[in-house]
Amino acid sequence: MNTLILRTVAPGLTALMLLFSIFVLLRGHNEPGGGFIGGLIAASALAIYGIAFGVGAVRRAMRFHPMTIAGAGLFMSTISGLVSILFGVPFMTGLWIYPSFLGAEVPLSTVMSFDLGVYLVVLGSIVSIALALEQDSEPEEQAVAPLPSPAELRPEVKKRRDPRRRAKESR
Amino acid sequence: MAAMGPALTFCALFLPFVGALAAPFAITRFGDRGAWLLALFPALAFMHFCGFLPEIAAGEVATGGYAWAPSFNLSFSWFLDGLSLTFSLLITGIGTLIVIYSGAYMNGHPQQGRFLSFILLFMGAMLGLVVSDSFLMLFIYWELTSVSSFLLIGFDHEREAARRAALQALIVTGGGGLCLLAGLVFLWNITGVTQLSLLVHLGDALRQSPFYLAALLLVLAGAFTKSAQFPFHFWLPNAMEAPAPVSAYLHSATMVKAGVYLLMRLNPVMGDTPAWEILLPFFGGLTLLTGTMLGLRQTDMKLILAYTTVASLGLLVMLTGFGSPHAIQAAVLYLLAHSLFKGALFMVAGAVDHETGMRDVTRLAGLRTAMPVTFLAALLAALSMGGLPLFFGFLAKEEIYLALWSGNPRAVFFTLLAVIGNALMFALAFAVALKPFIGRRAAATAGVHEGPLMLLLGPVLLAVLGLVAALAPGLSHRYISSPMASAITDEKTVIDITTMPHWGMPLLLSVLTVLLGLLVYWRIDAARAGMLRVLESLGPGPDRGFDILVAGLIRFSVLVTRLLQPGRLEIYVTATFIMLAVALLVPLFVFGEMPALPAWPRDMLIQEAAFLAIALIGIIAVLRAKDRLTAIVSLGIQGFAVAVIFLLFGAPDLSFTQFMVETLSVVILTLVMTRLRLDPSDHRPLGQMLPDAVIAIACGLGFTLLLLRSLEVPFDMRLTEFFNAYSKVIAHGANVVNVIIVDFRGTDTLGEISVVMITGLAVLALIRVRAGRRAP
Repeated sequence: MNTLILRTVAPGLTALMLLFSIFVLLRGHNEPGGGFIGGLIAASALAIYGIAFGVGAVRRAMRFHPMTIAGAGLFMSTISGLVSILFGVPFMTGLWIYPSFLGAEVPLSTVMSFDLGVYLVVLGSIVSIALALEQDSEPEEQAVAPLPSPAELRPEVKKRRDPRRRAKESR
Repeated sequence: MAAMGPALTFCALFLPFVGALAAPFAITRFGDRGAWLLALFPALAFMHFCGFLPEIAAGEVATGGYAWAPSFNLSFSWFLDGLSLTFSLLITGIGTLIVIYSGAYMNGHPQQGRFLSFILLFMGAMLGLVVSDSFLMLFIYWELTSVSSFLLIGFDHEREAARRAALQALIVTGGGGLCLLAGLVFLWNITGVTQLSLLVHLGDALRQSPFYLAALLLVLAGAFTKSAQFPFHFWLPNAMEAPAPVSAYLHSATMVKAGVYLLMRLNPVMGDTPAWEILLPFFGGLTLLTGTMLGLRQTDMKLILAYTTVASLGLLVMLTGFGSPHAIQAAVLYLLAHSLFKGALFMVAGAVDHETGMRDVTRLAGLRTAMPVTFLAALLAALSMGGLPLFFGFLAKEEIYLALWSGNPRAVFFTLLAVIGNALMFALAFAVALKPFIGRRAAATAGVHEGPLMLLLGPVLLAVLGLVAALAPGLSHRYISSPMASAITDEKTVIDITTMPHWGMPLLLSVLTVLLGLLVYWRIDAARAGMLRVLESLGPGPDRGFDILVAGLIRFSVLVTRLLQPGRLEIYVTATFIMLAVALLVPLFVFGEMPALPAWPRDMLIQEAAFLAIALIGIIAVLRAKDRLTAIVSLGIQGFAVAVIFLLFGAPDLSFTQFMVETLSVVILTLVMTRLRLDPSDHRPLGQMLPDAVIAIACGLGFTLLLLRSLEVPFDMRLTEFFNAYSKVIAHGANVVNVIIVDFRGTDTLGEISVVMITGLAVLALIRVRAGRRAP
């Protein structure tokens, strides 16, 4: 969608929504919110960005493939559950620590990192579905030529460096 | 030693498996000579089991085992009596010879290591089968022998015949194994025990049970398929596609006897009933006759032997079910004799094949000068198979006639069967063991010479053993036959027959058998031609029936797949929703659970009514929308209205999530719609719309009624109270919903996010597949 208004508003809106999604994630333990809903908000933020600037822009902004993010989230959640083994308590038991940070006590827990994992899984899965669907529906969006992959570059390098092979070929 | 006993036996039981793991490395490292090394595994087990001989001969049993799954009353436990011990010795003893023999027979084969590995794997399975005490262990080993037999028959997997034979054997014996499992479950249910050693004392309870016949038929299905009884006999000759060591070991000496073993094992428990004494002799006798008749037609050495094996198995089943102690003793003697001479003859056939490259008895002749040692082994084995005096086969045959001959009509009938069967087997034995070695040397076998030591050791040893065991009857009866017969009859039995012929009816019948056999041998070509004509007039047999069955099964599964997976999304979705409506509505009607229609709430607030109206407007808009995009967005309106209603009724978390889900569904649905490149609007005839509308209304109605009904049930507040009370105290969170998600029920959530991720991956894969197909 190529409207000027959306293009102008989108970056700010996306940034704001992502910030909000993290806020929702963190307040979840005591007030309405949590990982699921936070992940959904973040996914919609990136959807808005995608509608305004196209799939390529979102992929570049995210740096990682969304599925990688989802995988990392699942890994994080599983690890959060497994930490309890080290303390000899059953799987998925919540463990808390209260370190002091700039004079304020900050409660941290495996429950929180578990919820963060949930957030990442939801975000990654939904964004990857949305991007994959969106990518195909706008095939003309190929403004930026894709970088040549290492596989495409390698044969040239090899040819130059391998004199025996070149001799064979000239024969 | 006493304390170490069980542990050592446990090791002995697993030695073959260890050998199976080591086999490929041993062959790669040492070549053919690796077989000597590998033969140590079964040889050690053999020696261990020999140590039990005095104890078992004294009438004791050796048991041992370890708990496996105590909560299910399952144990890995073994039970060694005369029957198990004899089988164990046969398996490990002949197994040792077979491993050595395979070293030479398969020499130079690129997959010799794999072959030996399979052989040892089978050995472990078979050994486990015969010592198993627990039913489950018996079944697992039973199926494992089927699987390893499949691997061995199909060893030469590049030939189609081998693949077919392997599959056939697996289907027949594996299918029988499943029947056996059902039979064992019956036994367990009737008697309440899961161990063979405990079952022995519960025979009367079992025989009086109304389910006795069902259990018997299922067990017989297992035993008959494994032991190739008519009409399942066809897989065994086809299994001759396997290399000769396999035929010698699995398909004559050991595996095919598993069915007979099972029948012998269950004889004290299930035997002595009319059903047992009718079914077993009938099918056994039929198999004896079928096997010898079909064997007469063959010219291939291995196939002749295979059919005589079928016949011998029939004879064993017949004797086991005949119902007299003498018949059991005869079965024991014949089983021992058969394992020795048939194993030897198969190895001879393999050696001849290995040296000359052919197995056709009509073309082979005059090999006695080229292969004298092989000839000697063949002759000794054939004399035992023919049941001539001084050989173990003679003891068996005397005992058979002694058991069968009692004068009543039933006995006369079976005696006649046995005489015909034995006479034909006599003729076939010499057709294989004598014919290729005498006469004028054929030109095709000019440069043939004797096989190496490794190829000769097995057949010679087994053939000589058949003579030695008969010449020292006291020893062999005391340690092997009598304990085995005692185990089968479950009472002290002493076998005392010797090789000295004594005047009587059995000897007369023996002479008759030999004369008849000589006659058939003398006219074997005419007999073969005659049999061929008879078989042609009979038409195709069960082997062809198997092909028809398999082809039919494939056609049927294609039909079912087409019906259930037509590949059209429309049909899947329609079927899913119809089933949903049925699942929702039918129980409500059938069980009379229809809810009472609730009264319209009087004190409805204005904002509640307003959002209800908005939801309704959204739905009407969906129905009236001209194009798809409008419909999707209108559906969003309805969803948002519902989210607001959640909020009004005090469920902020739910409402929050509902908002986001609605937003994203609108976005993703729109993307899917654009991606599918459908027409912007949807024009369908009334004929299509009406059924869809009916299904939609039925689903909606179903959900409404179900929700109303569940609201009528008094709500159990215990969980709510628990979570409210403890959320803050033990989980340090004030938001009960989130605490449940991430802490109280965290494992559920872990499962859910895994599902989310897998769904994402699946969708991604589907999109990629389509994209890949579109871009050439």
